[in-house]
Amino acid sequence: MKIGVIKESSAGETRVAGTPATVAQLVKLGYEVVVESGAGVASSFTDEAYVEAGAATGTHEEAWQADVVLKVNAPTSDEIGLLADGATLVSLISPALNEALVDELAQRNLTVLAMDAVPRISRAQSMDVLSSMANIAGYRAVVEAAHEFGRFFTGQVTAAGKVPPAKVLVAGAGVAGLAAIGAASSLGAIVRATDPRPEVADQVKSIGGEYLKVDVEQEASTDGYAKATSEDYDRRAAEIYSEQAADVDIIITTALIPGRAAPRLITEADVAAMKPGSVIVDMAAAQGGNVAGSVAGEKVVTENGVTILGYTDLAGRLPTQASQLYGTNLVNLLKLLTPEKDGQLTIDFDDVVQRGVTVVLHGDKTWPPPPVQVSAAPAAAPVAEAPEKVEKAPANPLLKWALLAVGVIGLFFATAYAPGELPSHFMVLVLAIVIGFYVIGNVAHALHTPLMSVTNAISGIIVVGAMLQIGIGGLGADNGTVIGVLSFIAILVASINVFGGFAVTRRMLSMFSK
Amino acid sequence: MTTETASYAAYLVAALLFILSLAGLSKHETSRNGVLFGIVGMTIALVSTFVTAADWFDSKYILLLLAAVVIGALIGLRLAATVEMTGMPELIALLHSFVGLAAVLVGWNSYLSHEPFASESLANIHHAEIFIGIFIGGVTLTGSIVANLKLSAKMKSAPLVLPGKNFINVGALVAFVALTIWFVIDPSLGLLIAVTVLALALGWHLVASIGGGDMPVVISMLNSYSGWAAAASGFLLDNDLLIITGALVGSSGAYLSYIMCQAMNRSFISVIAGGFGIEAPSGDDTDYGEHREIDAEGAADLLKNASTVLITPGYGMAVAQAQYPVADLTKKLRDRGIEVTFGIHPVAGRLPGHMNVLLAEAKVPYDIVLEMDEVNDDLADIDVVLVIGANDTVNPAAAEDPSSPIAGMPVLRVWESKDVIVFKRSMAAGYAGVQNPLFFRDNTQMLFGDAKDRVEDIIRAL
Repeated sequence: MKIGVIKESSAGETRVAGTPATVAQLVKLGYEVVVESGAGVASSFTDEAYVEAGAATGTHEEAWQADVVLKVNAPTSDEIGLLADGATLVSLISPALNEALVDELAQRNLTVLAMDAVPRISRAQSMDVLSSMANIAGYRAVVEAAHEFGRFFTGQVTAAGKVPPAKVLVAGAGVAGLAAIGAASSLGAIVRATDPRPEVADQVKSIGGEYLKVDVEQEASTDGYAKATSEDYDRRAAEIYSEQAADVDIIITTALIPGRAAPRLITEADVAAMKPGSVIVDMAAAQGGNVAGSVAGEKVVTENGVTILGYTDLAGRLPTQASQLYGTNLVNLLKLLTPEKDGQLTIDFDDVVQRGVTVVLHGDKTWPPPPVQVSAAPAAAPVAEAPEKVEKAPANPLLKWALLAVGVIGLFFATAYAPGELPSHFMVLVLAIVIGFYVIGNVAHALHTPLMSVTNAISGIIVVGAMLQIGIGGLGADNGTVIGVLSFIAILVASINVFGGFAVTRRMLSMFSK
Repeated sequence: MTTETASYAAYLVAALLFILSLAGLSKHETSRNGVLFGIVGMTIALVSTFVTAADWFDSKYILLLLAAVVIGALIGLRLAATVEMTGMPELIALLHSFVGLAAVLVGWNSYLSHEPFASESLANIHHAEIFIGIFIGGVTLTGSIVANLKLSAKMKSAPLVLPGKNFINVGALVAFVALTIWFVIDPSLGLLIAVTVLALALGWHLVASIGGGDMPVVISMLNSYSGWAAAASGFLLDNDLLIITGALVGSSGAYLSYIMCQAMNRSFISVIAGGFGIEAPSGDDTDYGEHREIDAEGAADLLKNASTVLITPGYGMAVAQAQYPVADLTKKLRDRGIEVTFGIHPVAGRLPGHMNVLLAEAKVPYDIVLEMDEVNDDLADIDVVLVIGANDTVNPAAAEDPSSPIAGMPVLRVWESKDVIVFKRSMAAGYAGVQNPLFFRDNTQMLFGDAKDRVEDIIRAL
């Protein structure tokens, strides 16, 4: 089958759905690849580089006429018209928000895979465009903020005076939020983060941020995304944001709820409370914004000198990287859809990933897919408090001594009343037991096996007993022949033990080397 | 100096040498001397016994004796030279059964010879000793055979669960005491046969009702039993050397089992009594989610970019004979300046210290092979953990899920590291029959296939 990589038409889009590296992988999967001439220019990929990777370059129409069309942004109505009958389109669709677009696509005999509908399960992470783009965007948000911010991020003590570190608040610790936390803290800033999912606290901490907890009961997330929050929660969270706004220098908001407008986190009053020169990056500006006064795609400076950035193309501002990651996500999806690596695309609806991304199948609308439970969510196994270890009642020391005394007295009388040679045997037995216990008290774990095989060889000492019995028939004992035979067997098997045990221990020990 | 006093003196020397031997075996540096002490001690004991026997018996019996020793020695040396290191557990279990068999035979001989006794009380004690010796020997014999069969997969490793198995065990002990009393009052061959059969059946049942995953403890427990069997024979024959040696082996084996039980968070008493085998819960339908796969190239990439790597081998490494490629991989990574350590769970494998022996066989330096407790706190700093054929010993359920059958068992907390690669043949559950949530963690990737082949693939990809 033929794959077409399209030059993006939307204004300001710098990304491309295939890079020379990913195109080469598509060719390996058995596909023929046509790249629209100039498609990679904005991402610094030349047509020659694509040709070198095994693709052909073609015109706009040629690329659109391919069996499988790879794209970054959702197609326009005109572009849908260019698609061949029965073709497959793979791009970002946002089916939850663009119901009309899905309906329009379903009117033609097309198959449409929405890259932003990949279910959030571990196995599908390699295809999760939202994650890979959010990662880039989070990083870029910090860079943009640093660009606007008139000070260092890190604190310094210099000959010219002391510079305090910048304080950054990141709202929402999803992929973008975590990327932002990591980037800001590695620049030296003090980073705080909020998120309605208490389970992210550890993640925040692990990359250098401080998690601000909202002390209100909140349901754990079961699908890996944040949910809308309760009223109590919102009130307490608003207080935290107000407190923080007055204190921090930079706020980066990343709060998005799938399929809904972005929640308003920072109010006008909060913005007004910020110090002049502060910067806010509203990464949710395209979905309505987390911040009062942010404008999608614009930089706004408020009356009190706070800069609000509403850029919506943060990922696209790192076009080479963004294209490479997006392209790799596409390759991973196509790998899944091309199990035979024969360049034939097949869709298996039993696979939740394939089911999830398919919004239109051969002209039939298949959105929305049945819900998928995410394994990452700890909901199934509530973090059970480690069970109180049933402390064994510390043995009463008095009881312990009493037991010991009873044992010793018992042994004393048993020995005292025992006839014949028994007492001396008892003494030998007891002392040997104690010695055996102490002798191996500190044995290295690695030597357990050699120790066991040596003790095994030594316990072959029972051969001595059989040796002293073998001939008693000749001394007048009854059943001499039977005893001879039994002793013979006993000596034989015990000898196997003695010789085999020592030999194998030596063999083992000779292998241990430093 | 008579032959008798000389042999007594020789026994004293031999006993001391055995003590030194066990003491030497507790450290790497002294371990080889330890074995040497043991061999010298055994030689002294055998030679002096032989001299005594030659003094007592006709030459035809002496020839028979020599023939038995020579044949046994040849078989033993051959076994020792040919056994695969992965087959060590089976061999040691088999050897234990030989001690058990010898103890039973010595007991029978002692009865059959009808020695005259000075007094009735001495005769009574003698009869009781015969029974004790045969009983312990019999239990060791069949117990070891079952352990051997289970380890060599000739018998299902799942625990045998008979109704009222504790009742059976206790009942057998009560029956033994009753038979002993009867035998002391009225010795007869029928009772002797009865107690032998009883002991054999009990040994069989004890070990059959223990699951394969608990075999390390079982082997060490049987080791202890074989010692007690020798000690019991010592009482029977008035032989102090047997008593000392048997008691040494018995108590050291028991202590070793105790250490292992602690490592598995099991009660020592329930091990000694047998039947602590847990029943694997069936129909576990908890949804653990999806696991991720990785290929050998991907794993090689991860390893290349790591600065610290920890390898936790398990029984699967032994089965796949993967210790040589693993050692090779270790060397390659170390040559690249990557820090490689091994984390060994105390009960990894089917024998205490099994993994150490295998790694030593493949020439992995023993100073990078560490114990669980030595590595567990550092796991968070490890970049990549390779779990090779281990399962239950790295199961987070033991630490986190109080309802899990293995709850409370100390495990290697590999999931704290940055990346975990699990080598496994399939998604099947481990020996304990428990599903492992580790496989579904976000930082875990599965590398399916034969561990040996996969490790070799990684080496090639490096």
